[in-house]
Order: sequence, then C-alpha cells, then structure tokens
Amino acid sequence: MTGLPTSRPAPAPVPVLALGDVLLVTLRGELHDGAAEQLQDDLAHRIASGPAPLQGVVIDISGVEIVDSFLGRVLAEIAAAASLLATRTVLAGMRPAVAITLVELGLTLPGPVTALDVEAALSLLGRAPVSALPVPPEGGV
Amino acid sequence: MHAPSASASAATTRLHIGSDADLAWVRHEVRQAAAGLGFSLVQQTKLVTAASELARNTLVHGGGGHVEMTHLEDGAGRGLRLAFTDEGPGIPDPELAMTDGYTSGGGLGLGLSGAKRLVQEFTLDSRPGRGTTVTITDWTTVLPAARTGGS
Amino acid sequence: MAEHDTALGTAQELGAFLERRREQIAQRWADAALFRTVFTVSRDEAVEACKAVVDALAEVARTGRLEDVTAPGFGAVRDQLGRMSASRSRAGQNPSQIADEIAGLREPVGALLRADFDEDAVERTHACLVALTVLMGTLRLVVLQTTVHAGEELIARQREQLLEVATPVIRLWEGIVAVPLIGTLDSARSQVVMENLLEAIVGQRARYAILDITGVPTVDSLVAQHLMKTVAAARLMGAECIVSGIRPAIAQTIVHLGIDLGSITTRASLADALAHALTRQGIVVSPRPAAGASAP
Repeated sequence: MTGLPTSRPAPAPVPVLALGDVLLVTLRGELHDGAAEQLQDDLAHRIASGPAPLQGVVIDISGVEIVDSFLGRVLAEIAAAASLLATRTVLAGMRPAVAITLVELGLTLPGPVTALDVEAALSLLGRAPVSALPVPPEGGV
Repeated sequence: MHAPSASASAATTRLHIGSDADLAWVRHEVRQAAAGLGFSLVQQTKLVTAASELARNTLVHGGGGHVEMTHLEDGAGRGLRLAFTDEGPGIPDPELAMTDGYTSGGGLGLGLSGAKRLVQEFTLDSRPGRGTTVTITDWTTVLPAARTGGS
Repeated sequence: MAEHDTALGTAQELGAFLERRREQIAQRWADAALFRTVFTVSRDEAVEACKAVVDALAEVARTGRLEDVTAPGFGAVRDQLGRMSASRSRAGQNPSQIADEIAGLREPVGALLRADFDEDAVERTHACLVALTVLMGTLRLVVLQTTVHAGEELIARQREQLLEVATPVIRLWEGIVAVPLIGTLDSARSQVVMENLLEAIVGQRARYAILDITGVPTVDSLVAQHLMKTVAAARLMGAECIVSGIRPAIAQTIVHLGIDLGSITTRASLADALAHALTRQGIVVSPRPAAGASAP
C-alpha cells in the first residue's frame, strides 16, 4: 500500500524481559500498531508457556507519549488474557498528560492494575521489599 | 471548499496515510507542529491522540488517504487545522458513528466520538460512496474560555 | 437616491458646523464632569481632549457614517475614550452612568447649533439636530464598547492570576499530596487543578492524592464530572484519589443531581482523608507513650 515508505525504520519488536517470576516490558516512544499486536501475541505465549507460575507482568509506559484507543485496547487485552492465565498485569508510569487524554477519550482501562513506576509495580506484585516504612518528612511527628 | 474563519498562512503540509508507519509519521509531525505553535503539553497530547484516531480511521475505514495540516492565525491566537480525507465508502449514518462504543472494526469504538472530545473544533463531512473528510482545529489560548466538555 | 444625498448633505453640514464651532464646543465640554475629572492637570488639557473628540465627530460626520461605530474617524480617539471611561469607572461610575455623561454632551452642542442657523431655515436646523443626536448616540456606543472591552481584559487577567495562586498542591506526608480547593470551580480552573495535582503525583511519587472541597460553595454536575475525571486520571497513573470535605448540603445536591460518586473514596474532612491514606500505607500515628503523664 505504501508507495515509498521513505527512510522510516521498520518497527523493532518490543523486548520482553524476565525478572524471576515477573515479566517486564518497557515501551518507549513511537509504537507502531504492528509492534503492539506482536507484543500482545508474544506476551500471551510467554505467560502460557512460562516454566513457573508467573507473579505478574509489568508494562512500563513511562516513555510513551500518547496512548490512543488502539494501544489502549491492546493494553486492556493483554491484561484480560493474562488474568485468564491467573497472572496480574501492572501498568506503570503513565504520564499525566497521557492520563488526562485517556480519561477525556473515555478510556479508563479498568482491567490492569496501575502503579507510579516500575519499582512500585514490583512491590505491588510482592517482588521487592515494600520500600521499607515510609519516613515522615522533617523527622518525627 | 472550506471557509476558514481565520487567515491561513501559506504553511500547509500534506501527509500520505497508507500504512502503520504513516500513522506514526502523522503523530510525529502533528506533535512537532503543535509544540512549535506553543501548545501546552496536555493540549499537544490530546491533539496528537485525536490525530492518531482519525488517521487510523482514514487508513482502516477509508482505505487510506491523506491529512492536510494548516497553520492558522487569528489575532493573538495561533491554531492548527488537520483535515483527514479519504475516498472510501463514506459513513452512512454519521450520527450513529459519533456514538461512544459504535465500531465498525477493531477498536473500542471511541475513534470519532473520542477524537471530538479531545479538540476544540470538529467537523465531519461524509457522503456515502464518495469518501469522508474529518476536520479538527485547536487554538493556543491561555484560557479555554470555560468550554463545557461536550457529551 | 435623493433621500440618501440629502442625508449625506446634512451629515456634511453637521461636520462643517462641528469644525467651525470646535473651540466653543470644547470650551463648554471641558467643564463637564466627564472631562474635568479625568484631565486634572489643567483646564487646557481638558480642552485639548475635547477638541480631539470634536475633530473625530466632525470627521465621522463628513464621511456620512453617523451610525457606524466602526467608522475610521473614531479610531483617533478610541484610546482616549478608553482611558476616560476607565478613569470614570475607577471613580465609581458604572457603565450606564458613563453613558449618561456622554449623552449630556449633546445639549451644549445643540444649543450652539440652533444659534448658528438662520431663524427661517427651520427644516435644515431640525435635520442637523437629528443628525447630531444620531452621531452622539454612536459616540455613546463607542465609549460603551471600550468600557466593556477594558472590563473583559481586566477580568481575564484576574482570572489568570487567580488560577495560578488558588491551586497549590501541598505535600502532607511522604507519598501523600493534597489540594485544598477554595472558591468556585469552573471548567478552566478544574483543568489547572487536575494538571497540577497529576504533576505533583509524579514529582512527589505520591501514592495518595487528596482533593479537599471544604471551601467549594457548590457542586454542580460539571464540577462533579471534573472531580471524577481527576480521580480517574490519577488512578491511571497509579495513585488513589480521596475527595474530602463534602459538606452535608453538597452531599444532598450530589444525591439530587443523581451523580454517582460511588467509585470514589470520600471522607468527611481533610484529617480523615489523611488518616485513611496513612493507614493504607501501614503508618500508625499515636501519642508518645509517656507524654500523657508528664507533659507540662
């Protein structure tokens, strides 16, 4: 269809990183529709065929500048598929502008759990120590 | 064809929409233009997201087409107009197509109605069998003069 | 056609009269409150200002555009008229009182005009008086326009300043931020609140965000919608929003409007909301054990 796709690089597949019993996916910058669908397939396979039962999947979207209804659907479907396989999905690090836009768009993604960043996501899955006891500001009450 | 309310400076860019990669390119170009005009980060994000929805409509439902990007000026305000045009089958019932949840393929059915909520001006012009043009415009305003958020 | 020519002729005759009697008109106007209280340095200054207005009117009359508020002739004095009306506003005059003061300028000119024309040219005198009335009416509109415009600018500027100062985000604890909302929430302000709060969530790594609406007088469906959007956006980022300070009257309004805040965590007061957030983080605040017995 595209007559001449000029010099745009072909979308590279998104890497899926295994951290013990958690899968970590880091999305950044421009994500082509094809790469997003590819990721959806990859994750479904990794979750289903993983050696041990997985604690969860963490998708870091702190480097993503926009989430439109297409990517929103992909994320929701990843979470739904993971949940069928008894695995939790945590969406980490959504930027404020992206969150405002999604809400305005009418997309609230009730499926996946959300976290401020990857660290918070991991502790939510019970992977890392709950960053100890939070210390009150200016020492003491 | 269009009767722009404000003077359109000569800067009109036309981008082809024929593939996935083109969608990414449209997003990139709209982002650059919006940032260049001084839109706030939130406004940029909304506009790029709306452009992504509409470009995908053009690709998926219209069988490809193009978008025309025009810089506008109206007094102190500056704006960006995006017109997405295809020569696809058209939309038989625009009112139905604007309803949340209505979908004719793939997405969450938020494409048109969602895009409309993200921008200040939105017009849909479609003739069955003749194609569709969706035009959106956003302005740089310090205060969005108490716009009520649609719906 | 003939009628049009006559109208133009009358307007031009009026213009010629204004030009001829420029000095006298200016002298009489200079004593009117409108000019006297604005141009306070000297009477000459007021007279000069009056002459500028007379010149503008004469110019407009010569072009025959007696009813046209956009006539180029007004251009030269628009700024001056704006300053005058602004100064009268500051002195406590409302726009309609300012308009009355403008209307009051017509009478001295009318008197001069009647004296200027031949006794037997009744019809021409009458026509010129009518034209003068029309022209002064247009001047009144021009002044009103500049008054309203200046008011709008002032309001816009103040709204902007208000937006900036009225929505601080406060860090209450490690991981807990709060916005105490005070005053009416409109669409623009809610947007600023939402953006500030979400930025603070990132900046402070806040797991909890409290929106305190104790100081918000009313909640309509639009405000409620904005609250829900803020809560939803915060959730997408991984933070929980708590709305506190819903006064009984507002709670009732919300019920009456049929708005469902069911999915939102609410607490009666900011303190309750903080306690909720602390508890959820596993933090227990208790008095120092020995304090009760030995405190001074």
